[in-house]
Amino acid sequence: MERILYGDNQFFAVNHISDSKSREQAMKFKDNSAIIKTLDFAIDAGIQTFMCTTHDRIAQICDTIRTNPNRYGDFKIYPCMPYAHKYANAVTELGIAGTVKQYVPGNLFGTMFKGGMAFVSKDYLKIMELLIDAEMKMFKGIKTPVIFLQNVITDLLLGLGMVDILKGFYDYVAKKYDAEAGFITMNMPLLLDTLESVGIQNPIICASINKVNFRMSGGKEIYEETLRTRKFRAIAMQVLGGGAIPPKEALEYVCSLPNVESILFGASSKGNIENTVSHINYFDEAKN
Amino acid sequence: MIKVGLIGAGKMGISHLAILGAHPDVKVVGVCDTAKMVVGALEKYSKFTCYSDYRKMLEKEKPDAVFVALPTKFHYNFVKELLQKKIHVFAEKPFCLNPEQGAELKELAKVNGLVNQVGYHNKFIGTFKEVKRLIKGNYLGEIHHFVGEAYGPVVVKKKSDTWRSDPAEGGGCLMDYASHVIDLINDILSPVALAKGTDLKSIYSSNVEDAVYSLLELENGATGILSVNWSDDTYRKMSTSITIMGEKGKIISDANELKVYFKDTDCPTGYSKGWNVKYITDLTDQVDFYLRGEEYSAQVDYFVKAVEGKVPNDINTFESAWLTDRAISIIKTKAKATI
Repeated sequence: MERILYGDNQFFAVNHISDSKSREQAMKFKDNSAIIKTLDFAIDAGIQTFMCTTHDRIAQICDTIRTNPNRYGDFKIYPCMPYAHKYANAVTELGIAGTVKQYVPGNLFGTMFKGGMAFVSKDYLKIMELLIDAEMKMFKGIKTPVIFLQNVITDLLLGLGMVDILKGFYDYVAKKYDAEAGFITMNMPLLLDTLESVGIQNPIICASINKVNFRMSGGKEIYEETLRTRKFRAIAMQVLGGGAIPPKEALEYVCSLPNVESILFGASSKGNIENTVSHINYFDEAKN
Repeated sequence: MIKVGLIGAGKMGISHLAILGAHPDVKVVGVCDTAKMVVGALEKYSKFTCYSDYRKMLEKEKPDAVFVALPTKFHYNFVKELLQKKIHVFAEKPFCLNPEQGAELKELAKVNGLVNQVGYHNKFIGTFKEVKRLIKGNYLGEIHHFVGEAYGPVVVKKKSDTWRSDPAEGGGCLMDYASHVIDLINDILSPVALAKGTDLKSIYSSNVEDAVYSLLELENGATGILSVNWSDDTYRKMSTSITIMGEKGKIISDANELKVYFKDTDCPTGYSKGWNVKYITDLTDQVDFYLRGEEYSAQVDYFVKAVEGKVPNDINTFESAWLTDRAISIIKTKAKATI
């Protein structure tokens, strides 16, 4: 994985501390051309990996990437699935079974007969595989070397103790997409223990890691201890603590931590993208 | 270690179950649901024991406490039976279909000395907790107006009906969505006493309202506006906010950001004259297991601690949820039928 990964929250009005900021972003990135333009700023700043949710609009971004191989030939996407709100809103309205029926491709009588069979036989891993395939469709022809499970699903399965599903995800993305599984979580130490318990060694884990202890379940100390003493490939996200820490200070902290392989950040302006990249490079060089 | 059972493994039930499953003081002794798909998945992949008959679960597992996450129309009967069996109860919101049912349950819980809590999770959000502290400390002086709002994209086109679109089952924007805002107003300011006028508007639904607009008067005499719309897809997810205007200043708060304006220097520690902005990151306590927001874990943890006797059972009690049911009933009675 590259040291710096570019995220997509800003494109889809995800802002953890301000609803009005979130609305401004929705306006700014109304057109896909605005997203592409900002992605280009990131590429020009030396970033080659875009970590994004499987939001409907990403499908259109993928079209642009596919049709411009000269510009985006080395560009990689790390898909994060599922786009949770799509399902959350559906569950509120249709219930759990209704949602699965809506989103598993095909129907009982359709061409995707195996989907129907999976329902009847309660083959849940097969249902999961069909959902993964549905989410992955938009990335066809694009390099996706790491595929992530979103934190709301990772952490739900973690709390429910459904570790075989986590393992099923890991195995399936390797088999079908020749990709490594990544897990986004708000409960990093617990997840690492759990993944190791089903034989997943040195997993890719993306977690909230920041100076102000924001969304670091159990506390910063146990996160730092885990980074120091355990073997896994950490991606730090929410490094700005939702905007609570000045960028330079925030990045200095994260760059100083051992075992953080990559840093994920999102920014919506050219200046902020360039500043973030140069801060990370500066602190990395100072460390070496 | 307390023994906890869960009845109803839908969206909220599963969420509670994952949080309970990760709680160090809880042993989940049983999960009950009639949906074969969910129970099938839990039986196959989780460590929980599943039941389709809740009475069997109660008899066999003898839980100390039970989470009831069923559609509202079932709350009264289930909660009553649990209380009669001397079991502590956490129930999902809204509490009951009418205030008469809630009044009976709150008394039953009181008489039996049982811990009782309802899932109005906004009360565990740092910004709203701080708003309450500022109001109860009288830092805004006399309140002359408030606006309670919630908007989100639940029903954004015409489509098939579910229980959420059946008013007899607790569906509709008023019970399902506006209840959160009403509950906050009740708790932070004063219980709703009167609705001077209400508009319940249907936008995409055929049987229930998709928006609630009401002019309210509270028991303390303050008046204000309730404006809630669950058919607003300019919001990515539910956004709840409260604005309070007082003689000494003004508060605007949502779940992420708290903005407070003080007219002069007479303000609490940490604030100064003029605008003050605080973020949820400053106001949130860390949780041990995070799923969808600190408040979901915090409310479960609070209930567990109340059962253990470590905290008083004084947040989101049946009593407070009953006041919210009562306000819903008041607002409905004054509603002009536009559906």
